Amino acid sequence: MMLVDIDAAVIANRRLSDDYNVLAFDAAAIARSARPGQFVMIKTSRGLDPLLRRPFSIFEILRNNSGAATGVSIFNKHVGAGTSLLAEAEPGARLLILGPLGRPFEPVDPPAEAWMVAGGVGLAPFVTLAEALAARGTRTTLFYGARRGEDLYCIELFESLGVGIVLATEDGTRGVHGRVTVPLESALRQRTLGEPVKLYVCGPTPMMRACAGLSLTYGRACDVSLEQVMGCGLGGCYSCVVPARSDTGGPPHHTRTCIDGPVFEAQRVAWDAMTSH
Amino acid sequence: MDLSLQIAQLTLANPLIAASGCFGYGVEYSDVVDLASLGGVAVKGLFLTEREGHAPPRIVETPSGMLNAIGLQGIGVHRFIAERLPELRERRATVIVNICGTTLDEYVEVARILSDAEGVAALELNISCPNIKEGGITFGCSLPGTHAVVSAVRKVTRLPVIPKLTPNVTDVASFARAAEEAGADAISLVNTFLAMAIDVDTHRPKLTNIVGGLSGPAIRPIAVRMVYECRRVVKIPIIGMGGIATSDDVLEFMIAGANAVQVGTMNFVDPFIWTKLMEGIRCYMERHGLTRLQEIVGTVDTTAGQKAWISS
Repeated sequence: MMLVDIDAAVIANRRLSDDYNVLAFDAAAIARSARPGQFVMIKTSRGLDPLLRRPFSIFEILRNNSGAATGVSIFNKHVGAGTSLLAEAEPGARLLILGPLGRPFEPVDPPAEAWMVAGGVGLAPFVTLAEALAARGTRTTLFYGARRGEDLYCIELFESLGVGIVLATEDGTRGVHGRVTVPLESALRQRTLGEPVKLYVCGPTPMMRACAGLSLTYGRACDVSLEQVMGCGLGGCYSCVVPARSDTGGPPHHTRTCIDGPVFEAQRVAWDAMTSH
Repeated sequence: MDLSLQIAQLTLANPLIAASGCFGYGVEYSDVVDLASLGGVAVKGLFLTEREGHAPPRIVETPSGMLNAIGLQGIGVHRFIAERLPELRERRATVIVNICGTTLDEYVEVARILSDAEGVAALELNISCPNIKEGGITFGCSLPGTHAVVSAVRKVTRLPVIPKLTPNVTDVASFARAAEEAGADAISLVNTFLAMAIDVDTHRPKLTNIVGGLSGPAIRPIAVRMVYECRRVVKIPIIGMGGIATSDDVLEFMIAGANAVQVGTMNFVDPFIWTKLMEGIRCYMERHGLTRLQEIVGTVDTTAGQKAWISS
Protein backbone atom coordinates (compact mmCIF):
# COMPACT_ATOMS: atom_id res chain seq x y z
CA MET A 1 0.00 0.00 0.00
CA MET A 2 1.37 3.40 -0.95
CA LEU A 3 -0.54 5.63 1.41
CA VAL A 4 -0.01 9.36 0.95
CA ASP A 5 -1.48 12.53 2.41
CA ILE A 6 -1.67 15.22 -0.24
CA ASP A 7 -2.37 18.91 0.29
CA ALA A 8 -4.39 18.80 -2.89
CA ALA A 9 -5.74 21.65 -4.99
CA VAL A 10 -9.39 21.51 -5.99
CA ILE A 11 -9.44 21.61 -9.79
CA ALA A 12 -13.16 21.57 -10.40
CA ASN A 13 -16.41 21.60 -8.50
CA ARG A 14 -19.26 20.37 -10.67
CA ARG A 15 -22.60 21.05 -9.06
CA LEU A 16 -25.14 18.36 -9.93
CA SER A 17 -28.06 19.57 -7.80
CA ASP A 18 -28.75 21.10 -4.40
CA ASP A 19 -27.83 17.75 -2.90
CA TYR A 20 -24.85 16.57 -4.92
CA ASN A 21 -21.59 17.79 -6.44
CA VAL A 22 -18.53 16.18 -7.98
CA LEU A 23 -15.30 17.59 -6.58
CA ALA A 24 -12.05 16.99 -8.45
CA PHE A 25 -8.58 17.13 -6.91
CA ASP A 26 -5.07 17.35 -8.29
CA ALA A 27 -3.74 14.21 -6.58
CA ALA A 28 -1.60 12.16 -8.94
CA ALA A 29 0.09 10.03 -6.27
CA ILE A 30 -3.30 8.74 -5.08
CA ALA A 31 -4.74 8.42 -8.58
CA ARG A 32 -1.80 6.32 -9.80
CA SER A 33 -2.04 3.65 -7.10
CA ALA A 34 -5.82 3.57 -6.50
CA ARG A 35 -7.71 0.37 -7.21
CA PRO A 36 -11.45 0.13 -7.94
CA GLY A 37 -13.67 0.73 -4.92
CA GLN A 38 -10.96 2.22 -2.70
CA PHE A 39 -11.56 5.38 -0.71
CA VAL A 40 -9.86 8.54 0.55
CA MET A 41 -10.14 10.46 3.83
CA ILE A 42 -10.63 14.18 3.25
CA LYS A 43 -10.13 16.97 5.78
CA THR A 44 -13.01 19.28 4.92
CA SER A 45 -11.57 22.34 6.68
CA ARG A 46 -8.10 23.65 7.46
CA GLY A 47 -8.83 24.15 11.15
CA LEU A 48 -10.19 22.06 14.03
CA ASP A 49 -13.87 22.24 13.15
CA PRO A 50 -14.96 19.94 11.65
CA LEU A 51 -12.15 17.98 13.22
CA LEU A 52 -12.23 14.52 11.69
CA ARG A 53 -11.73 13.60 8.08
CA ARG A 54 -14.60 12.18 6.04
CA PRO A 55 -14.38 9.00 3.96
CA PHE A 56 -15.25 9.14 0.25
CA SER A 57 -15.09 6.49 -2.43
CA ILE A 58 -12.82 7.52 -5.27
CA PHE A 59 -15.42 8.41 -7.91
CA GLU A 60 -13.24 8.99 -10.98
CA ILE A 61 -9.56 8.66 -11.78
CA LEU A 62 -8.73 11.82 -13.74
CA ARG A 63 -6.28 11.50 -16.61
CA ASN A 64 -4.37 13.89 -18.86
CA ASN A 65 -4.30 13.71 -22.67
CA SER A 66 -1.60 11.06 -22.65
CA GLY A 67 -3.66 8.89 -20.29
CA ALA A 68 -1.55 9.41 -17.16
CA ALA A 69 -3.48 9.54 -13.87
CA THR A 70 -3.40 13.07 -12.48
CA GLY A 71 -6.15 13.29 -9.91
CA VAL A 72 -9.30 11.91 -8.35
CA SER A 73 -12.84 13.11 -7.91
CA ILE A 74 -15.46 12.38 -5.27
CA PHE A 75 -19.25 12.12 -5.56
CA ASN A 76 -20.39 14.27 -2.65
CA LYS A 77 -23.86 14.12 -1.14
CA HIS A 78 -24.55 17.02 1.20
CA VAL A 79 -25.57 15.47 4.48
CA GLY A 80 -23.73 17.43 7.18
CA ALA A 81 -21.17 20.08 8.05
CA GLY A 82 -18.20 18.46 6.30
CA THR A 83 -19.98 17.53 3.08
CA SER A 84 -21.55 21.00 2.94
CA LEU A 85 -18.08 22.58 3.07
CA LEU A 86 -17.09 20.33 0.18
CA ALA A 87 -20.18 21.48 -1.72
CA GLU A 88 -18.85 25.05 -1.53
CA ALA A 89 -15.14 24.33 -2.19
CA GLU A 90 -13.74 26.63 -4.87
CA PRO A 91 -11.22 25.61 -7.52
CA GLY A 92 -7.77 26.51 -6.22
CA ALA A 93 -8.66 25.74 -2.60
CA ARG A 94 -6.40 23.17 -0.94
CA LEU A 95 -7.62 20.27 1.15
CA LEU A 96 -5.80 17.35 2.73
CA ILE A 97 -6.63 14.07 1.07
CA LEU A 98 -5.31 10.78 2.42
CA GLY A 99 -5.37 7.58 0.42
CA PRO A 100 -5.87 5.28 -1.28
CA LEU A 101 -7.43 3.18 1.48
CA GLY A 102 -9.40 0.00 1.92
CA ARG A 103 -9.92 -3.38 0.34
CA PRO A 104 -10.83 -2.91 -3.34
CA PHE A 105 -13.36 -4.66 -5.58
CA GLU A 106 -12.05 -7.68 -7.46
CA PRO A 107 -13.29 -7.26 -11.03
CA VAL A 108 -14.41 -10.48 -12.74
CA ASP A 109 -13.12 -11.63 -16.11
CA PRO A 110 -15.18 -12.78 -19.11
CA PRO A 111 -17.13 -14.88 -19.70
CA ALA A 112 -18.58 -13.82 -16.33
CA GLU A 113 -20.72 -10.70 -16.40
CA ALA A 114 -20.63 -7.92 -13.82
CA TRP A 115 -23.82 -6.38 -12.51
CA MET A 116 -23.28 -3.25 -10.49
CA VAL A 117 -26.21 -2.30 -8.27
CA ALA A 118 -26.23 1.28 -6.96
CA GLY A 119 -28.67 3.12 -4.71
CA GLY A 120 -28.40 6.90 -4.36
CA VAL A 121 -24.93 8.02 -3.29
CA GLY A 122 -23.95 4.34 -3.58
CA LEU A 123 -23.08 5.13 -7.21
CA ALA A 124 -19.73 6.44 -5.95
CA PRO A 125 -17.44 3.37 -6.19
CA PHE A 126 -18.72 2.13 -9.55
CA VAL A 127 -16.99 4.35 -12.11
CA THR A 128 -13.58 2.99 -11.14
CA LEU A 129 -14.96 -0.56 -11.12
CA ALA A 130 -16.59 -0.07 -14.53
CA GLU A 131 -13.24 1.11 -15.94
CA ALA A 132 -11.45 -1.94 -14.57
CA LEU A 133 -14.15 -4.22 -15.99
CA ALA A 134 -14.07 -2.48 -19.38
CA ALA A 135 -10.29 -2.95 -19.50
CA ARG A 136 -10.83 -6.69 -19.07
CA GLY A 137 -13.59 -6.80 -21.65
CA THR A 138 -16.11 -7.94 -19.05
CA ARG A 139 -19.72 -7.30 -20.01
CA THR A 140 -21.13 -4.93 -17.40
CA THR A 141 -24.56 -3.62 -16.44
CA LEU A 142 -25.41 -0.86 -13.98
CA PHE A 143 -28.68 -1.16 -12.05
CA TYR A 144 -29.15 2.31 -10.59
CA GLY A 145 -32.01 3.34 -8.34
CA ALA A 146 -33.04 6.56 -6.63
CA ARG A 147 -36.14 8.12 -5.18
CA ARG A 148 -36.87 10.38 -8.16
CA GLY A 149 -35.67 10.66 -11.75
CA GLU A 150 -33.78 13.88 -11.04
CA ASP A 151 -31.74 12.07 -8.36
CA LEU A 152 -30.02 9.89 -10.98
CA TYR A 153 -26.63 11.33 -11.93
CA CYS A 154 -23.62 10.83 -14.19
CA ILE A 155 -25.11 8.00 -16.24
CA GLU A 156 -23.11 9.23 -19.25
CA LEU A 157 -19.88 8.21 -17.51
CA PHE A 158 -21.06 4.62 -17.56
CA GLU A 159 -22.51 4.77 -21.07
CA SER A 160 -19.15 5.96 -22.40
CA LEU A 161 -17.57 2.82 -20.92
CA GLY A 162 -20.09 0.63 -22.72
CA VAL A 163 -21.97 -0.26 -19.56
CA GLY A 164 -25.60 -1.35 -20.00
CA ILE A 165 -27.92 0.85 -17.92
CA VAL A 166 -31.06 -0.20 -16.04
CA LEU A 167 -32.71 2.60 -14.05
CA ALA A 168 -35.35 2.48 -11.33
CA THR A 169 -37.10 5.24 -9.41
CA GLU A 170 -39.43 4.93 -6.46
CA ASP A 171 -41.76 7.61 -7.84
CA GLY A 172 -41.69 6.10 -11.34
CA THR A 173 -40.43 9.28 -13.04
CA ARG A 174 -37.60 7.45 -14.78
CA GLY A 175 -36.89 3.82 -15.59
CA VAL A 176 -38.65 1.00 -13.77
CA HIS A 177 -41.21 2.11 -11.17
CA GLY A 178 -39.98 0.79 -7.82
CA ARG A 179 -36.80 0.00 -6.01
CA VAL A 180 -33.69 -1.07 -7.87
CA THR A 181 -34.17 -4.61 -6.57
CA VAL A 182 -37.26 -4.94 -8.81
CA PRO A 183 -35.38 -4.90 -12.17
CA LEU A 184 -32.47 -6.73 -10.52
CA GLU A 185 -34.65 -9.63 -9.46
CA SER A 186 -36.32 -9.96 -12.84
CA ALA A 187 -32.89 -10.00 -14.50
CA LEU A 188 -31.64 -12.60 -12.04
CA ARG A 189 -34.73 -14.74 -12.71
CA GLN A 190 -34.08 -14.74 -16.45
CA ARG A 191 -30.52 -16.01 -16.17
CA THR A 192 -29.55 -19.66 -16.09
CA LEU A 193 -26.80 -20.66 -13.70
CA GLY A 194 -24.62 -21.63 -16.65
CA GLU A 195 -24.18 -17.92 -17.34
CA PRO A 196 -21.94 -16.60 -14.54
CA VAL A 197 -22.83 -13.23 -13.09
CA LYS A 198 -21.24 -11.39 -10.19
CA LEU A 199 -23.09 -8.68 -8.28
CA TYR A 200 -21.39 -5.59 -6.89
CA VAL A 201 -23.65 -3.59 -4.58
CA CYS A 202 -23.44 -0.21 -2.87
CA GLY A 203 -26.28 1.80 -1.37
CA PRO A 204 -28.45 2.14 1.73
CA THR A 205 -28.19 -0.76 4.18
CA PRO A 206 -31.73 -2.13 3.57
CA MET A 207 -31.06 -2.18 -0.18
CA MET A 208 -27.71 -3.97 0.24
CA ARG A 209 -29.33 -6.43 2.56
CA ALA A 210 -32.08 -7.11 -0.01
CA CYS A 211 -29.46 -7.59 -2.74
CA ALA A 212 -27.46 -9.95 -0.51
CA GLY A 213 -30.68 -11.95 -0.07
CA LEU A 214 -31.30 -12.04 -3.83
CA SER A 215 -27.74 -13.15 -4.53
CA LEU A 216 -28.22 -16.06 -2.16
CA THR A 217 -31.62 -17.00 -3.63
CA TYR A 218 -30.30 -16.95 -7.18
CA GLY A 219 -26.88 -18.43 -6.35
CA ARG A 220 -24.74 -15.51 -7.50
CA ALA A 221 -21.49 -14.17 -6.08
CA CYS A 222 -22.05 -10.79 -4.49
CA ASP A 223 -19.75 -8.14 -3.05
CA VAL A 224 -21.04 -5.14 -1.13
CA SER A 225 -19.27 -1.87 -0.41
CA LEU A 226 -20.25 -0.68 3.06
CA GLU A 227 -20.32 2.84 4.40
CA GLN A 228 -19.95 3.53 8.11
CA VAL A 229 -19.10 6.53 10.26
CA MET A 230 -15.30 6.49 10.26
CA GLY A 231 -12.79 8.15 12.56
CA CYS A 232 -9.42 7.46 11.00
CA GLY A 233 -9.65 5.15 7.97
CA LEU A 234 -6.57 3.20 9.07
CA GLY A 235 -7.87 0.74 11.65
CA GLY A 236 -6.86 2.81 14.66
CA CYS A 237 -10.16 3.84 16.21
CA TYR A 238 -12.59 0.91 15.83
CA SER A 239 -15.49 3.28 15.03
CA CYS A 240 -16.56 1.85 11.69
CA VAL A 241 -17.27 -1.74 12.67
CA VAL A 242 -19.91 -3.97 11.12
CA PRO A 243 -20.95 -7.44 12.25
CA ALA A 244 -19.16 -9.73 9.81
CA ARG A 245 -17.86 -13.28 9.71
CA SER A 246 -14.24 -13.98 8.89
CA ASP A 247 -13.30 -15.23 5.42
CA THR A 248 -13.51 -18.74 6.79
CA GLY A 249 -16.96 -18.30 8.35
CA GLY A 250 -17.81 -18.70 12.04
CA PRO A 251 -19.88 -16.34 14.16
CA PRO A 252 -19.95 -12.62 13.25
CA HIS A 253 -17.61 -10.20 15.00
CA HIS A 254 -17.36 -6.42 14.94
CA THR A 255 -15.12 -5.95 11.91
CA ARG A 256 -13.52 -2.71 10.78
CA THR A 257 -14.96 -1.38 7.52
CA CYS A 258 -11.86 0.71 6.82
CA ILE A 259 -9.23 -2.04 6.67
CA ASP A 260 -11.23 -5.26 6.37
CA GLY A 261 -13.58 -3.53 3.90
CA PRO A 262 -15.20 -1.42 2.63
CA VAL A 263 -15.76 -4.28 0.17
CA PHE A 264 -17.11 -7.44 1.80
CA GLU A 265 -18.41 -10.66 0.37
CA ALA A 266 -22.15 -10.18 1.01
CA GLN A 267 -22.68 -13.41 2.93
CA ARG A 268 -19.96 -12.48 5.42
CA VAL A 269 -22.12 -9.63 6.72
CA ALA A 270 -24.60 -10.46 9.49
CA TRP A 271 -27.38 -8.35 8.01
CA ASP A 272 -29.81 -9.02 10.87
CA ALA A 273 -27.35 -7.40 13.27
CA MET A 274 -26.53 -4.41 11.03
CA THR A 275 -27.58 -0.99 12.23
CA SER A 276 -29.55 0.68 9.44
CA HIS A 277 -28.74 4.19 8.43
CA MET B 1 19.83 16.95 21.85
CA ASP B 2 18.52 14.61 24.50
CA LEU B 3 14.79 13.97 24.27
CA SER B 4 14.83 10.86 26.46
CA LEU B 5 13.16 10.22 29.76
CA GLN B 6 13.08 7.54 32.37
CA ILE B 7 10.10 5.69 33.83
CA ALA B 8 11.53 3.44 36.55
CA GLN B 9 14.05 1.20 34.72
CA LEU B 10 12.53 1.99 31.31
CA THR B 11 14.10 4.59 29.04
CA LEU B 12 11.88 6.22 26.43
CA ALA B 13 13.82 7.74 23.52
CA ASN B 14 11.46 10.70 23.35
CA PRO B 15 8.23 11.87 24.99
CA LEU B 16 5.84 11.08 22.11
CA ILE B 17 3.61 8.09 22.81
CA ALA B 18 0.69 6.88 20.71
CA ALA B 19 -2.37 6.88 22.97
CA SER B 20 -4.22 3.71 23.76
CA GLY B 21 -7.46 3.27 21.85
CA CYS B 22 -6.29 5.61 19.12
CA PHE B 23 -3.61 3.52 17.46
CA GLY B 24 -5.12 0.04 17.18
CA TYR B 25 -2.50 -2.49 18.22
CA GLY B 26 0.23 -0.39 16.60
CA VAL B 27 0.68 -2.80 13.69
CA GLU B 28 -2.09 -1.00 11.79
CA TYR B 29 0.26 1.98 11.54
CA SER B 30 3.51 0.21 10.76
CA ASP B 31 3.45 1.29 7.11
CA VAL B 32 2.72 4.91 8.02
CA VAL B 33 4.95 5.53 11.04
CA ASP B 34 8.33 4.09 12.00
CA LEU B 35 7.11 2.57 15.27
CA ALA B 36 10.65 2.51 16.66
CA SER B 37 10.87 6.29 16.28
CA LEU B 38 8.07 6.81 18.81
CA GLY B 39 8.77 7.13 22.52
CA GLY B 40 6.19 4.40 22.99
CA VAL B 41 3.12 2.75 21.55
CA ALA B 42 0.23 2.31 23.99
CA VAL B 43 -1.87 -0.43 22.43
CA LYS B 44 -5.62 -0.80 22.64
CA GLY B 45 -6.93 -1.89 26.03
CA LEU B 46 -6.82 -5.63 26.65
CA PHE B 47 -8.92 -7.82 28.89
CA LEU B 48 -8.24 -11.48 29.58
CA THR B 49 -10.63 -12.47 26.79
CA GLU B 50 -12.00 -11.01 23.57
CA ARG B 51 -14.69 -8.34 23.70
CA GLU B 52 -17.07 -7.18 20.98
CA GLY B 53 -17.58 -3.64 22.28
CA HIS B 54 -20.67 -1.51 21.71
CA ALA B 55 -22.94 -1.43 18.67
CA PRO B 56 -22.32 1.47 16.27
CA PRO B 57 -22.59 4.43 15.97
CA ARG B 58 -19.56 4.56 18.23
CA ILE B 59 -18.30 8.07 17.55
CA VAL B 60 -19.81 11.46 17.00
CA GLU B 61 -18.02 14.67 16.18
CA THR B 62 -18.38 17.70 18.47
CA PRO B 63 -16.77 21.16 18.29
CA SER B 64 -12.98 20.61 18.03
CA GLY B 65 -13.44 17.15 19.45
CA MET B 66 -15.28 13.87 19.34
CA LEU B 67 -17.21 11.53 21.58
CA ASN B 68 -16.46 7.85 21.50
CA ALA B 69 -18.13 4.83 23.00
CA ILE B 70 -16.22 1.96 21.45
CA GLY B 71 -16.70 -0.16 24.55
CA LEU B 72 -13.18 -1.59 24.64
CA GLN B 73 -13.56 -3.99 21.75
CA GLY B 74 -10.44 -6.10 21.83
CA ILE B 75 -8.77 -9.38 20.98
CA GLY B 76 -7.80 -10.26 24.55
CA VAL B 77 -4.35 -10.69 26.00
CA HIS B 78 -3.59 -14.16 24.60
CA ARG B 79 -4.34 -13.31 20.99
CA PHE B 80 -2.43 -10.06 21.40
CA ILE B 81 0.69 -11.91 22.48
CA ALA B 82 0.36 -14.50 19.71
CA GLU B 83 -0.81 -12.33 16.82
CA ARG B 84 0.35 -8.74 17.35
CA LEU B 85 3.32 -8.68 19.71
CA PRO B 86 5.73 -10.50 17.34
CA GLU B 87 5.37 -7.77 14.72
CA LEU B 88 5.70 -5.02 17.33
CA ARG B 89 8.91 -6.68 18.53
CA GLU B 90 10.19 -6.96 14.99
CA ARG B 91 9.48 -3.24 14.44
CA ARG B 92 11.34 -2.45 17.67
CA ALA B 93 8.39 -0.58 19.16
CA THR B 94 8.45 0.34 22.85
CA VAL B 95 5.21 -1.39 23.72
CA ILE B 96 3.06 -0.09 26.54
CA VAL B 97 0.14 -2.44 27.02
CA ASN B 98 -3.05 -0.89 28.31
CA ILE B 99 -4.70 -3.47 30.55
CA CYS B 100 -8.32 -3.68 31.65
CA GLY B 101 -10.31 -5.73 34.05
CA THR B 102 -13.82 -6.18 35.32
CA THR B 103 -12.40 -7.42 38.63
CA LEU B 104 -9.20 -6.92 40.57
CA ASP B 105 -8.26 -10.53 39.80
CA GLU B 106 -8.57 -9.91 36.07
CA TYR B 107 -6.15 -6.95 36.18
CA VAL B 108 -3.69 -9.10 38.12
CA GLU B 109 -4.04 -12.04 35.75
CA VAL B 110 -3.61 -9.91 32.61
CA ALA B 111 -0.58 -8.19 34.19
CA ARG B 112 0.96 -11.54 35.11
CA ILE B 113 0.53 -12.93 31.59
CA LEU B 114 2.05 -9.84 29.97
CA SER B 115 4.97 -9.80 32.38
CA ASP B 116 6.04 -13.17 30.99
CA ALA B 117 5.74 -12.04 27.37
CA GLU B 118 8.80 -10.86 25.49
CA GLY B 119 8.60 -7.34 24.12
CA VAL B 120 6.34 -5.59 26.63
CA ALA B 121 7.97 -2.44 28.06
CA ALA B 122 5.34 -1.24 30.52
CA LEU B 123 1.76 -1.71 31.69
CA GLU B 124 -0.77 1.09 31.61
CA LEU B 125 -3.71 0.34 33.89
CA ASN B 126 -6.98 1.40 32.38
CA ILE B 127 -9.00 2.39 35.43
CA SER B 128 -10.68 5.21 33.61
CA CYS B 129 -12.67 4.10 30.56
CA PRO B 130 -16.02 5.91 30.85
CA ASN B 131 -17.77 3.54 28.46
CA ILE B 132 -18.02 0.26 30.27
CA LYS B 133 -20.23 -0.29 33.26
CA GLU B 134 -18.38 -3.00 35.11
CA GLY B 135 -14.88 -2.70 36.57
CA GLY B 136 -12.46 -0.13 35.20
CA ILE B 137 -13.77 3.25 36.13
CA THR B 138 -15.27 1.96 39.37
CA PHE B 139 -11.65 1.49 40.47
CA GLY B 140 -10.62 4.78 38.94
CA CYS B 141 -13.34 6.81 40.66
CA SER B 142 -12.60 5.59 44.17
CA LEU B 143 -9.39 6.32 46.07
CA PRO B 144 -9.31 2.94 47.84
CA GLY B 145 -10.14 1.25 44.51
CA THR B 146 -7.27 3.00 42.76
CA HIS B 147 -4.89 2.11 45.56
CA ALA B 148 -6.05 -1.50 45.57
CA VAL B 149 -5.69 -2.15 41.84
CA VAL B 150 -2.31 -0.42 41.56
CA SER B 151 -0.82 -2.24 44.55
CA ALA B 152 -2.23 -5.60 43.43
CA VAL B 153 -0.69 -5.27 39.97
CA ARG B 154 2.53 -3.88 41.49
CA LYS B 155 2.97 -7.13 43.43
CA VAL B 156 2.90 -9.37 40.34
CA THR B 157 5.05 -7.49 37.84
CA ARG B 158 8.51 -5.99 37.50
CA LEU B 159 7.35 -3.93 34.51
CA PRO B 160 6.70 -0.23 35.08
CA VAL B 161 3.09 0.24 36.20
CA ILE B 162 1.30 3.33 34.87
CA PRO B 163 -2.30 3.83 36.01
CA LYS B 164 -4.28 5.98 33.58
CA LEU B 165 -6.45 8.39 35.51
CA THR B 166 -9.93 9.61 34.74
CA PRO B 167 -10.76 13.32 34.77
CA ASN B 168 -14.30 12.49 35.88
CA VAL B 169 -13.53 13.06 39.57
CA THR B 170 -13.62 16.13 41.79
CA ASP B 171 -9.91 16.16 42.64
CA VAL B 172 -7.68 14.31 40.22
CA ALA B 173 -4.56 15.12 42.26
CA SER B 174 -5.76 12.97 45.15
CA PHE B 175 -5.96 10.02 42.73
CA ALA B 176 -2.46 10.76 41.51
CA ARG B 177 -1.25 10.64 45.09
CA ALA B 178 -3.13 7.39 45.78
CA ALA B 179 -1.50 5.84 42.72
CA GLU B 180 1.96 6.96 43.78
CA GLU B 181 1.47 5.66 47.31
CA ALA B 182 0.36 2.30 45.92
CA GLY B 183 3.63 1.95 44.02
CA ALA B 184 2.87 3.33 40.56
CA ASP B 185 6.00 4.12 38.52
CA ALA B 186 4.21 6.87 36.60
CA ILE B 187 0.69 8.09 35.95
CA SER B 188 -0.99 8.98 32.69
CA LEU B 189 -3.84 11.45 32.38
CA VAL B 190 -6.38 12.31 31.23
CA ASN B 191 -8.69 9.71 29.84
CA THR B 192 -11.81 11.14 28.17
CA PHE B 193 -14.49 13.29 29.77
CA LEU B 194 -17.89 11.64 30.13
CA ALA B 195 -20.16 13.49 27.71
CA MET B 196 -23.31 13.28 25.60
CA ALA B 197 -24.73 14.49 22.29
CA ILE B 198 -28.40 14.37 21.26
CA ASP B 199 -30.10 14.49 17.86
CA VAL B 200 -32.75 17.19 18.29
CA ASP B 201 -34.95 15.87 15.47
CA THR B 202 -35.25 12.33 16.82
CA HIS B 203 -34.61 13.15 20.50
CA ARG B 204 -32.19 10.23 20.49
CA PRO B 205 -28.62 10.20 21.80
CA LYS B 206 -26.16 10.25 18.91
CA LEU B 207 -24.26 7.30 20.39
CA THR B 208 -25.80 3.85 20.84
CA ASN B 209 -24.23 3.76 24.30
CA ILE B 210 -26.06 7.04 25.13
CA VAL B 211 -22.95 8.61 26.69
CA GLY B 212 -19.32 8.58 25.57
CA GLY B 213 -15.91 10.07 26.21
CA LEU B 214 -14.97 13.51 24.90
CA SER B 215 -11.48 13.90 23.46
CA GLY B 216 -9.62 16.20 21.09
CA PRO B 217 -8.42 19.81 21.26
CA ALA B 218 -11.68 20.81 23.01
CA ILE B 219 -10.44 19.25 26.26
CA ARG B 220 -6.82 20.34 26.14
CA PRO B 221 -6.92 23.27 28.58
CA ILE B 222 -8.69 21.15 31.19
CA ALA B 223 -6.17 18.36 30.75
CA VAL B 224 -3.26 20.81 31.08
CA ARG B 225 -4.74 22.11 34.32
CA MET B 226 -5.09 18.57 35.66
CA VAL B 227 -1.49 17.69 34.79
CA TYR B 228 -0.41 20.87 36.56
CA GLU B 229 -2.40 19.90 39.68
CA CYS B 230 -0.92 16.40 39.72
CA ARG B 231 2.65 17.64 39.24
CA ARG B 232 2.34 19.59 42.48
CA VAL B 233 1.59 16.47 44.53
CA VAL B 234 3.55 13.56 42.98
CA LYS B 235 7.21 12.93 42.25
CA ILE B 236 6.76 10.10 39.73
CA PRO B 237 6.73 10.82 35.99
CA ILE B 238 3.49 12.06 34.48
CA ILE B 239 2.35 11.21 30.96
CA GLY B 240 0.01 14.00 29.90
CA MET B 241 -2.61 13.87 27.19
CA GLY B 242 -5.73 15.57 25.91
CA GLY B 243 -6.12 17.06 22.46
CA ILE B 244 -2.46 17.49 21.55
CA ALA B 245 -2.30 18.72 17.95
CA THR B 246 0.99 20.62 17.66
CA SER B 247 4.48 20.60 19.15
CA ASP B 248 3.54 23.67 21.18
CA ASP B 249 0.78 21.59 22.76
CA VAL B 250 3.36 18.92 23.68
CA LEU B 251 5.57 21.60 25.26
CA GLU B 252 2.61 23.12 27.10
CA PHE B 253 1.87 19.79 28.77
CA MET B 254 5.54 19.34 29.66
CA ILE B 255 5.86 22.83 31.13
CA ALA B 256 2.70 22.10 33.14
CA GLY B 257 4.43 19.02 34.55
CA ALA B 258 4.30 16.14 32.10
CA ASN B 259 7.47 14.13 31.40
CA ALA B 260 5.95 12.57 28.32
CA VAL B 261 2.73 12.90 26.36
CA GLN B 262 0.28 10.75 24.44
CA VAL B 263 -1.39 11.75 21.21
CA GLY B 264 -4.71 10.16 20.35
CA THR B 265 -7.51 11.91 18.53
CA MET B 266 -5.20 14.01 16.34
CA ASN B 267 -3.54 10.84 15.07
CA PHE B 268 -6.92 10.07 13.47
CA VAL B 269 -6.88 13.43 11.73
CA ASP B 270 -3.23 13.21 10.69
CA PRO B 271 -1.48 9.84 10.90
CA PHE B 272 1.73 11.58 9.82
CA ILE B 273 1.58 13.92 12.84
CA TRP B 274 4.52 12.25 14.63
CA THR B 275 7.36 13.57 12.48
CA LYS B 276 5.80 17.05 12.57
CA LEU B 277 5.64 17.03 16.36
CA MET B 278 9.21 15.78 16.62
CA GLU B 279 10.48 18.44 14.24
CA GLY B 280 8.65 21.16 16.19
CA ILE B 281 10.14 19.97 19.48
CA ARG B 282 13.66 19.99 18.02
CA CYS B 283 13.16 23.51 16.65
CA TYR B 284 11.99 24.68 20.07
CA MET B 285 15.00 23.14 21.79
CA GLU B 286 17.31 24.80 19.32
CA ARG B 287 15.59 28.15 19.70
CA HIS B 288 15.79 27.98 23.49
CA GLY B 289 19.24 26.43 23.66
CA LEU B 290 17.92 23.33 25.42
CA THR B 291 20.10 20.23 25.43
CA ARG B 292 17.85 18.08 27.62
CA LEU B 293 14.13 18.28 26.98
CA GLN B 294 13.29 17.04 30.49
CA GLU B 295 14.64 20.35 31.84
CA ILE B 296 11.37 22.09 30.95
CA VAL B 297 9.15 19.67 32.88
CA GLY B 298 7.07 21.51 35.44
CA THR B 299 8.72 24.86 34.79
CA VAL B 300 5.49 26.80 34.55
CA ASP B 301 6.10 30.17 36.19
CA THR B 302 2.96 30.92 38.15
CA THR B 303 4.45 33.98 39.80
CA ALA B 304 4.74 35.94 36.57
CA GLY B 305 1.22 37.40 36.73
CA GLN B 306 1.66 38.48 40.35
CA LYS B 307 4.96 40.19 39.66
CA ALA B 308 3.45 42.16 36.79
CA TRP B 309 0.67 43.31 39.11
CA ILE B 310 3.06 44.46 41.82
CA SER B 311 5.39 46.32 39.47
CA SER B 312 2.59 48.21 37.69
